[in-house]
Amino acid sequence: MIRIGAFLVGLFFSGWLLVSAAMGAFNFVKSPPAPTAEHEFHKKPKDVDFSFNGPLGTYDRAQLQRGLQVFREVCSACHSLHYVSFRDFAALGYNEAQIKTIAQEWPTEAPSINPETGEATTRKPIATDKIPAPYPNEVAARAANNNAAPPDLSLMTKARHGGANYVYSLLTGYQNPPAELKKKFPDSMPGKTTHYNPYFANLNLAMPRPLNTDGQVTYGEGAPKPTVDQMAKDVAAFLTWTAEPKLEQRKRAGTAAVIFLLVFFGLCVGAYKNIWADKKAHA
Amino acid sequence: MSFPWANEYKPSNAFTRYLDEKLPLPRFVYNAVGAGYPVPRNLNYFWNFGVLAGVALMVQIVSGIILAMHYAAEGTVAFASVEHIMRDVNAGWFIRYAHMNGASMFFIVVYIHIFRGLFYGSYKPPREMVWHLGLVIFLLMMATAFMGYVLPWGQMSFWGAKVITGLFGAIPLVGEPIQTWLLGGFAPDNAALNRFFSLHYLLPFVILGVIVLHIWALHIPGSSNPTGVEVKSEQDTVPFHPYYTAKDGVGVAAFFLVFATLLFFAPNFLGEPDNYIPANPMSTPANIVPEWYFWPFYAILRAFTVDFLFIPAKLLGVLAMFAAILLLFFLPWLDTSAVRSGHYRPLFRKFFWFGLIPCIVVLGYCGGSHATDGIVLISQFAAAYYFAHFLIILPLIARVETPKPLPNSITEAVLAQHATLQPAE
Amino acid sequence: MASLKEDSATAGGDQGGVRRRDFINVAAASFAGVGAVSVALPLINQMNPSADVLAEASTEVDVSAIAPGQAIKTIFRKQPLFVRHLTPEEIAAAEKVSTSELRDPQTLEERTKAGKKQWLVTMGVCTHLGCVPLGAAAGEIKGEFGGYFCPCHGSSYDTAGRIRKGPAPKNLMVPEYAFTSDTVIKVG
Repeated sequence: MIRIGAFLVGLFFSGWLLVSAAMGAFNFVKSPPAPTAEHEFHKKPKDVDFSFNGPLGTYDRAQLQRGLQVFREVCSACHSLHYVSFRDFAALGYNEAQIKTIAQEWPTEAPSINPETGEATTRKPIATDKIPAPYPNEVAARAANNNAAPPDLSLMTKARHGGANYVYSLLTGYQNPPAELKKKFPDSMPGKTTHYNPYFANLNLAMPRPLNTDGQVTYGEGAPKPTVDQMAKDVAAFLTWTAEPKLEQRKRAGTAAVIFLLVFFGLCVGAYKNIWADKKAHA
Repeated sequence: MSFPWANEYKPSNAFTRYLDEKLPLPRFVYNAVGAGYPVPRNLNYFWNFGVLAGVALMVQIVSGIILAMHYAAEGTVAFASVEHIMRDVNAGWFIRYAHMNGASMFFIVVYIHIFRGLFYGSYKPPREMVWHLGLVIFLLMMATAFMGYVLPWGQMSFWGAKVITGLFGAIPLVGEPIQTWLLGGFAPDNAALNRFFSLHYLLPFVILGVIVLHIWALHIPGSSNPTGVEVKSEQDTVPFHPYYTAKDGVGVAAFFLVFATLLFFAPNFLGEPDNYIPANPMSTPANIVPEWYFWPFYAILRAFTVDFLFIPAKLLGVLAMFAAILLLFFLPWLDTSAVRSGHYRPLFRKFFWFGLIPCIVVLGYCGGSHATDGIVLISQFAAAYYFAHFLIILPLIARVETPKPLPNSITEAVLAQHATLQPAE
Repeated sequence: MASLKEDSATAGGDQGGVRRRDFINVAAASFAGVGAVSVALPLINQMNPSADVLAEASTEVDVSAIAPGQAIKTIFRKQPLFVRHLTPEEIAAAEKVSTSELRDPQTLEERTKAGKKQWLVTMGVCTHLGCVPLGAAAGEIKGEFGGYFCPCHGSSYDTAGRIRKGPAPKNLMVPEYAFTSDTVIKVG
């Protein structure tokens, strides 16, 4: 009885799936899906040789500091860094006094309350503050940016396939739309408020090119030349740190753990052979 | 355990004698997973995965209890509280990544455990109850994992909750009220987040309880083995301890080696980047996918694209997805072959390795991919095979197949294998 | 086929002396123990204050607006902190007391910074059972010694924040602090 029932249920599900497949295939042949602009023009992020790549890679402190500078002078005008505090910059190699200065000189102020009147106001940020956002709320962010709110960048490199490579490719990927795009997909041409970038998911993004010219940010003594390429790499590295500040501890702990476990595994195999030795012998 | 030659627990000192009289817990453990449990001597490494699943559950419970000390189940702060754990809590990143990847390890181990059972016929009498309780554990695990994935309140959490509860919306008439009831609202929000947190905390302990029943039921007939031949005499068995504790030690070490590699060097490899974007009810991710361990079932869900008479395709997909799991409960009566082990079943073995396994892999691949026409087409064929395999092919094989001769006893099989491995002896 | 009892005896290594194979078993078990402990340590440490809590463990207080005779209540480590501007009379009252008759002998000098005797900085936490004493805000009773009075069990503190009467065993705690300028105190 169970087997007859099962046979009928199986016949129904399998049969109907095959019918659906046949209908799907028929439709596919009759009206093949039109190719999309994304499918033809979207590019995979470029590979960058970052210092933190690989199982033992670490951050380059100087690069993170330059990346912070690019973020502060360029990105922070529109993007927040919600989950990062000034005190976290100790990990970039700054001391307490330097962090205090960075906080004091940050382009935006922290929200606060006037102690006398209770009215909302702002004050100079302190080390324990989160990085203050450029806009008080999402509505303000939308209103100031043609209805496209700039996303928070704290976790950006973990929130996109390709991570730091993606951020770098996007920043250096702005270009004029290819003539072929206009010919084949006129609808996918950038509009008045969007900009063509083949590394962006739907090819046109609201953010105008942020890094325009070499030397847009002035790096300190001994730093590499602030070319657009260099600035993009530095800020991509910085945003990797904001997304994964514990990367170095993680890899260090991991190396120790794996070595320990390899030895442990060897010992376990030894103990196992040992305990079974007489069983095998007597077999 | 029923074998008459099982070692008997002998308390060695005054304290254990006292304890044995008042609360014989050491005796219980001794008989359950100690030297008092005789186990077939020929178990291979696939028999490690039951213990490994227990280890994985303990990892999840310990790391989960700790995470709950720092996590806040409230829509506006849930995402931030997870980031607080990752950034500020001492070793928080370690505990959170352990929990995240521990879930994947748990499913890897349990899937291997299930496929071990499928290949070696562990679901057959007299162990049907063990199989059924195992499936109950599997269902509870799926519910727990799903609710846990909602807690970080990222984009995939939110949209996963919406889509999965939406499945209940496919039920005619009562569907929508049920969905609203599950969510405590019209879309996932605080009410849903809090109840998911509560149940996500509760269910692992229910799983623990069912595991006790699972092991209890196992101990009545005793463990199965790769030959599928029942234990006949004392020389067919060895005591669980120290023989299988030692062998499980090797398994546990290997488990932690894989786990540590994943946790420390590729902690986000199995995750979706979208879940690092805070939940946003106003924008849907381009490709909503569940965690990898749900992919095969998700592919079955999406494979139904055509209405059948008055049954809409969506409902068919939901029914098929649940059927895909529930049909496993009927396995003891679908596969009627008297031979348990796939080793001695030439036809069964072919369908297992060249039918079922590729079918599941293909379904998994399809479930994790963007649902293009091609992917849907492939998943339709694979899903058709899945149902046919269990519901039609297995019962038929049992009728037509001529099994290979079985060894007379476990010991004979071990000796035969030994002879081929070491001809000198 | 050896009997099981003999087998486990061999595995246990009862046959005279520790052999190399037993050493491996012991080593494997010890490694498991070491591994368990090294995982347990961070799992215990996670209950200690997190980085954001520790970062807020220092507070800056601007005292320029506190007139003599007044006090403010502020927050240090999520606990009340009293900063009191003593009047010359209060200072004199505190210095008049001989330390020998105190339960917790300390002079006002020892409880304030050099040259800043008028600034009494103490935790607003009664040393008895942790209630917040009265006397910092305007209009609150200061107890019979003119300092602070704890309403829970009647401990009275004097103008140097020293315990004078009631069940509290110690003076109000003076946290670690320093003047970063004439009018700014950094506590912690």
